[in-house]
Amino acid sequence: MNAPELVAGVLAGDRRAMARAISTVENDRPAARELLAALYPHTGRAQVVGVTGAAGSGKSTLVNQLALELRRRGHTVGIVAVDPTSPFSGGAILGDRIRMRDLAGDPGIFIRSMATRGALGGLAAATADAVSILDAAGLDCILIETVGVGQDEVDVAREAHTTLVLQVPGLGDDVQALKAGILEIADVFVVNKADLDGASQLALQLQIMLDLNGPGADAGWRPPIVQTVATAGTGVPALADAIAAHWHYLHDSGRLQAQERAHAERLLTETLAREATARLLRAARDQGLWESLVAQVAAHEVDPYTAADRVMTALE
Amino acid sequence: MTVEPRIRVLLAKPGLDGHDRGVKVVARALRDAGMEVIYTGLRQTPEMIAEAALQEDVDVVGLSILSGAHMALFPRIMEQLRQRGLDDVVVFAGGIIPDEDVPRLKELGIRHVYGPGTDTRDIVADIRRALGREGA
Repeated sequence: MNAPELVAGVLAGDRRAMARAISTVENDRPAARELLAALYPHTGRAQVVGVTGAAGSGKSTLVNQLALELRRRGHTVGIVAVDPTSPFSGGAILGDRIRMRDLAGDPGIFIRSMATRGALGGLAAATADAVSILDAAGLDCILIETVGVGQDEVDVAREAHTTLVLQVPGLGDDVQALKAGILEIADVFVVNKADLDGASQLALQLQIMLDLNGPGADAGWRPPIVQTVATAGTGVPALADAIAAHWHYLHDSGRLQAQERAHAERLLTETLAREATARLLRAARDQGLWESLVAQVAAHEVDPYTAADRVMTALE
Repeated sequence: MTVEPRIRVLLAKPGLDGHDRGVKVVARALRDAGMEVIYTGLRQTPEMIAEAALQEDVDVVGLSILSGAHMALFPRIMEQLRQRGLDDVVVFAGGIIPDEDVPRLKELGIRHVYGPGTDTRDIVADIRRALGREGA
């Protein structure tokens, strides 16, 4: 399939075309740019929900149940599930589908597994583009499942309208709830494995943490804490209600426009940085400037800032 | 920047077969060879396998079977792949498969059939050769 065929296929919701398009953006082929240019005007309709939490906290199992619940409510669902790439071999085992077998055979669900391929923020570099493709294909709700995260992988909050942070009982004391990082990005907290000892204490600690929050940019929304047992589906309807409530809040409060604008600015900044760097590097190489500057920096004759300045002034 | 695409492999266990030691060893070997392995777990129907292969846009499908039902299930899997236009996907199989069944499976389009004791390096080399990616 060439790029125009892929675009037409994605817009028609053709699953083969959607799969091929995601491979195209993953592999950064020249076709990806043409593809995204054509698809981007058709994006911005779906609610994008990020699901993050530690390895083994039940993300895939919860995504499985949440997708079933969203389907019962009449929504179509796309899932992008990210697992880590080996830093040694470059290979990966993508096992999120194991927990999602209930979703097989439903034409209203599309699942794609992605490897991080060296990205460190909990997502793959192409995750955002994959979400755009599923959005353009007309899916109502797109769930992004991150790799198992520690404390600091917060990229998902930038890509999602609504971020779910999964916590499970038994992983630490109440000081954990004071720390910076992943707990700050939650729009909804999920206390999963709520049938285990310590679940209600964990929910209470999160409540106390939220009580300490000062008036932030998002003072109109206090993240609800939903207790679930994902293996049994317990609490999942309440979670779907919380996700819907957040979506309404984003619309009604005007936060959605602010979120979209911030997202656009970040996207543009990052794209500009990447493109400008590539262009400068290419030109510096073509003009024979590059090798000598690298050698001078390596010999400690010129510092990297001055060398970078020379590249930019030489090409102005 | 264009990077050489990673080889993507779907590993599946069709039918009623609860033993996944072998497929996990193969998954690990392919991972260590730099491939992206999508493992779907136990008890997959032919439709589930073909649909996952489509959505994941894989280059290769590996089928692991120990139950003896391969002659019933594999033709249905190949048919489901064909129905989705996935004729170019390389399919291999492993497990307990009697030698006399192998010619019929190859006629179906299954590229390689591996028995117990196979060196996983041979599987890696076969996949790369089948995809014309000996350097990968």
